[in-house]
Amino acid sequence: MVGIEEKGIKYKDIVKKIGFPTIFIGGFWILILIAGGFLGISIATLISDTIKRAGMNGILVLAMVPSIQSGTGPNFALPVGIECGLFALVCAIEFGFTGWAWLFASIAFAIPLAVIVGYFYGKLLNAVKGSEMTIATYTGFSVVAFMCLPWLMIPFKNKNMGWFIGKGLRETIQLDAIKGAQKLNDFLRFSLFGENGFITFGGEKGIIIPTGMLLMFFLCCVIVWLYFRSKSGIAISAGGINPMFAKSSGIDIDKCRIKANILSTIMGAIGIIVYSQGYGYAQLYTAPLNMAFPAVAAILIGGATASRAKVSHVIIGVIIYQGLFTSALPVANILFEGTDLSETLRMIIQNGIILYALTQVKGGDK
Amino acid sequence: MSDNLLSLKHVSKEYSGNKVLKDINIELKKGEIHALIGENGAGKSTLMNILFGMPVIHTTGGFEGVVEIEGHEANIRSPHDAMDYGIGMVHQEFMLIPGFTITENIKLNREITKPNLVSPVFGKRLETLNVKQMNEDTRKALDTLDMNIDEFLPVAGLPVGHMQFIEIAREIDKTGIKILVFDEPTAVLAESEAKNLLNAIRKLSRKGIGIIFISHRLDEIIDVADTVTVLRDGEHVVTKNVKDTNKYEIAQLMVGRKINIERVDGSNKNIVDETILNIEDLVVEMPGERVKGIDLSVKKGEIVGIGGLAGQGKLGLANGIMGIFPAKGKVEFESKKLTLNDPKAAIKSGLAFVSEDRKGIGLLLEESIESNIAFSAMQINNDFTNNFAGMRLKDSAKIRSHAVKMIKDLDIRCTSPMQIVGSLSGGNQQKVCVARALTLNPTLLLVSEPTRGIDIGAKKLVLDLLKQLNSEGMTIVMTSSELAELRSICDRIVIICEGKVEGVLPPDAPDAEFGLMMSGSKHTEGSEV
Amino acid sequence: MNSVKTYQRLDTTKTSTWAADNIVSLIFVAFTIFGFIVSDGVTMNYFLTELSSRFFRNTFLVLSLIIPVVAGIGLNFGIVVGAMSAQIAIAFMRYFEFGGVLGLAFTFLLALPIAGLFGYFTGVLYNKTRGQEMIASLMVCYFANGLYQFLFLFVVGVIIKVPKTHPMIKPDGVGVRMTVDLVPVEDGGLKYALDKIYEIPFMWAILIVFACILLLQLWKIYRNKNNPALYRYNKTTVLINIILSIAMIAISIYSILTNSSLMMVRKVPVVTGLLIVALCIFNELILKTKLGQDFRSVGQSQHIAEVSGINVDKTRIIATIMSTVFASWGQIMYLQNMGTLNTYGAHTQIGMFSVAALLVGGASTQKAGVKHAIIGTLLFNSMFIMSPEVGISLFGNALLGEYFRTFMVYGVIGLALGLHVWRANKKGKITLN
Repeated sequence: MVGIEEKGIKYKDIVKKIGFPTIFIGGFWILILIAGGFLGISIATLISDTIKRAGMNGILVLAMVPSIQSGTGPNFALPVGIECGLFALVCAIEFGFTGWAWLFASIAFAIPLAVIVGYFYGKLLNAVKGSEMTIATYTGFSVVAFMCLPWLMIPFKNKNMGWFIGKGLRETIQLDAIKGAQKLNDFLRFSLFGENGFITFGGEKGIIIPTGMLLMFFLCCVIVWLYFRSKSGIAISAGGINPMFAKSSGIDIDKCRIKANILSTIMGAIGIIVYSQGYGYAQLYTAPLNMAFPAVAAILIGGATASRAKVSHVIIGVIIYQGLFTSALPVANILFEGTDLSETLRMIIQNGIILYALTQVKGGDK
Repeated sequence: MSDNLLSLKHVSKEYSGNKVLKDINIELKKGEIHALIGENGAGKSTLMNILFGMPVIHTTGGFEGVVEIEGHEANIRSPHDAMDYGIGMVHQEFMLIPGFTITENIKLNREITKPNLVSPVFGKRLETLNVKQMNEDTRKALDTLDMNIDEFLPVAGLPVGHMQFIEIAREIDKTGIKILVFDEPTAVLAESEAKNLLNAIRKLSRKGIGIIFISHRLDEIIDVADTVTVLRDGEHVVTKNVKDTNKYEIAQLMVGRKINIERVDGSNKNIVDETILNIEDLVVEMPGERVKGIDLSVKKGEIVGIGGLAGQGKLGLANGIMGIFPAKGKVEFESKKLTLNDPKAAIKSGLAFVSEDRKGIGLLLEESIESNIAFSAMQINNDFTNNFAGMRLKDSAKIRSHAVKMIKDLDIRCTSPMQIVGSLSGGNQQKVCVARALTLNPTLLLVSEPTRGIDIGAKKLVLDLLKQLNSEGMTIVMTSSELAELRSICDRIVIICEGKVEGVLPPDAPDAEFGLMMSGSKHTEGSEV
Repeated sequence: MNSVKTYQRLDTTKTSTWAADNIVSLIFVAFTIFGFIVSDGVTMNYFLTELSSRFFRNTFLVLSLIIPVVAGIGLNFGIVVGAMSAQIAIAFMRYFEFGGVLGLAFTFLLALPIAGLFGYFTGVLYNKTRGQEMIASLMVCYFANGLYQFLFLFVVGVIIKVPKTHPMIKPDGVGVRMTVDLVPVEDGGLKYALDKIYEIPFMWAILIVFACILLLQLWKIYRNKNNPALYRYNKTTVLINIILSIAMIAISIYSILTNSSLMMVRKVPVVTGLLIVALCIFNELILKTKLGQDFRSVGQSQHIAEVSGINVDKTRIIATIMSTVFASWGQIMYLQNMGTLNTYGAHTQIGMFSVAALLVGGASTQKAGVKHAIIGTLLFNSMFIMSPEVGISLFGNALLGEYFRTFMVYGVIGLALGLHVWRANKKGKITLN
């Protein structure tokens, strides 16, 4: 090629490329791991927990990618998609599905519901351009608060879900009663450095790899990655970063934003189903209220900004985020006896990252 | 000791090695109305920025030369300093807050206050507003301009002419105003409002205020100015008393150049007498470049130039046809009706557009060269894609090979097709834009400001490229503020003034003709003043 | 030139958009009236007692939101930072068992620099997140809450050594307890320290307030007669105010004379009321100063204000500091009435409830005034009081009423914000003309 320039690799360039938040938080996590090692906490347990939680939350963080790429910022209205997933999950239980059937039925119910809800919510977002993040947050809150009413009133009869006295569903539904707990986690589960040496299938010790769940997460990552390599995805990304450019090539920006939002809602719905089975419980009522913020923080930690996000950011971010807070709890418990500092730490770091990302958003010129 | 109110002596200014003002000398006496005329890029705005102490001058290395006010050297480092020296400016874009009253706008940040109980403790900012006094001052300023409207009216909803006058009122309300600069004041006014404005300007000059009047309307300049200075390419061409000159002379001085870009005549060019694009009464709402009714026919195989001064509407033409800004009217391409306000339809029918806003509309600055080149063709014609599981996935190999070909054909200087477009030079960025348009295999290419921001060497390359495309059969509609480049390759040049076609000239027409058309003098020749 | 003077033409209000502009307030009025109709357990006394105490508890906080709206920062959810500052001050005072009216005065004084400092940081943050101030203010609440918890759970006890035996401190000596009792003012604490200074019966308060309102209307009319151009007033509003005042005065005189059941409504704290009135007057007066005009200029157009030489950044910071300080004082008034400090929860909902109240009163992200705050607080708290009743009558379930109430709060904010942004976007669109 004509005029190839030699570029020396500089420290500053590396930091800029990876991103300040990623290095800062990632470094912090490694410090905690080291501290944990010194304090005698089993590193294998910490890593297993990290992988498990990363798998559980991964798809929820993935939902951030379409909304960021389309120019509406991180999806603070993730609870909207979550409620779709929860409703589908509950319906699947009511229709008597258990085990694998329940899992697939939940997903099968969730997707069309998420498409419809995502479509209408997408139209709402198109009407409030410029303030999407604020409106999204309150839409998310409103939908969660609203759904408390049906949860309380719905005439579902399944014993596993309802209150013992009176109408309505319980706050927490135990999924092992319908053999739904850990379904994906246990599928082809194996552990490293466990009982039988390097790889032990179904092992309980060592670093446990919940294969099924990770495969599910990976599958969703591939779908999103492929989508953004498609004509539609490329159009959405262009529309998000430079609407005039996209418009001049005949792209309908509003339609793109709706498509992206539908994808994000679907991811949210599937994400909560995977999360619940991993956790072992489905949490209704006000639990989803604050579920958007950890997902937003995770993708930002992974290196995304409020206007550009890639699938790699999701994977890096969710591992670092979950890793940090899963590891911090036992370490903090030993170091600062008696005080539960991990929750406080999470509030500071998680929300601090989001604030930092907001200060980097351009466009609010005087 | 001169009795000049304002003297600009040997003023020069350079932006990153590019000299935009070369040794300007202007004098202004008390009560004199001094007109300043020049094409785009002549240096008028830069000169006014210097006079007004705008930050953009001082953050780019300051300027050479001396500004003297009433014989003493003036050090103007901010708009506030300019105000202290008694210099006021009536901008083109109104600095008015619609939700405030006329008084509040005129007194913005110069409010009159009275001390109260808390202000001795907490400071001047807590003093009470003296609304009565402010209203009285405003009334006085408005009366000076013969304006009848009430000072406590909100500005929102007032006609544009009134807003212009409120801007003026604000300047003359400032104590000790000695010099007033008007930047294209009649551009947005209707004829009667413009007349009122010129009368107000005369009245102000009779009070001893020195007026600098920037305008392209030769008739107004002849009508109201005492002296006129012509700037061209940053140089001071001439300063004359208006009495001693006429429209033709000024027009010619404005346009004429010593060095011309060589024109190579394509004598073997076949221009078929077939209309490929027909435009009837096109109206386009492009902020700053409104089109108010253009009729134009483009013949197959020709290169048509669209010229005119900035803000007159020439850029709106292409943008309107391609659906970038709202448009209405009748456009026929290849004898078929073209749907307006639909970029997709325009491109599908065989039109392609290289926008004047290279970085805004023309490119995705953070994406690679190859992604940019392939973008439009992929979205509209499904080029460069493969079907996979119901999705149209991008074919990276095809995109890469096409980009390599384009880089070679257009000689784009880069490290690889994957280089981020934002890091290319202006000229190479322009070539990427052209490559993107060409990837669509258009029948007619609309290109606006093709060499803006490109150095002289690269300019020629871009123009040669256009000529070559044209010789291979492509019809080209080229919009440009640089008359020289239009005259170098176009077959004919259409001049747009006030949003309409002012006239059509062959490239070798005399300079004065171009100048007159661009300043809109031709059409007022028959009408009374 | 027609005979209708310009300023008279200005006075005609557009009734066509009135319904659309005030739809949120109308929904809340409807809800309250509906509540009265369907419920049978709510007496007027109970309602008025609850409404009155909530009003005096919350209004100061809602009023503190006004200045940031005028200055163009939008709805300052960050008043939570002010609330936290107040709680730091109160915790401090309570720790040293410094109470009584003097202690209360000191609390106000102590909260001022704390809230001022944090208000400054918040203001700087808003300048860095220009255009996204509201979401930034939401996030700053969560962030600051984390720092606050760090302070109260860890710093107190580990870095600042405190005795385990102090009633405020947790039994293991680290961290402040989850609830801290603010000892009654008679026993040297802060509870009701402000309220109990002087109290008058409810009906007397109604009489005095509406007599003042009536006088205010008459004064407006008098002023206008003298100088019609300078002192314009809205005829409809004044007429409604006069009729309402006369009606309320009549009711109150009747109640006092016949010693009706309405006299049993809880007594009204006068000093608290006076403080609220003082902030109302302050909000009105500040807008008549140069600073207030700067707030308005910056709120209308940051660009034009900057070009005209106003220091936009500094002005916005001043607005934020004022709002935070007032919010901290408002939180002190709130807590002295509650009597207990819910250490980790008292401040969390304050931002949202206050913003919702202001919006219900008819304010928007661009426009807010004293009357929005007062009406909004009354309407919002009415809904709060009625929602359990509505829940029981409609659904047979008080819990449902509570969930419905939460939905209304979130929904109101979302609806008001969404409507406003939608209309602003519509106006800004380029169209063929």
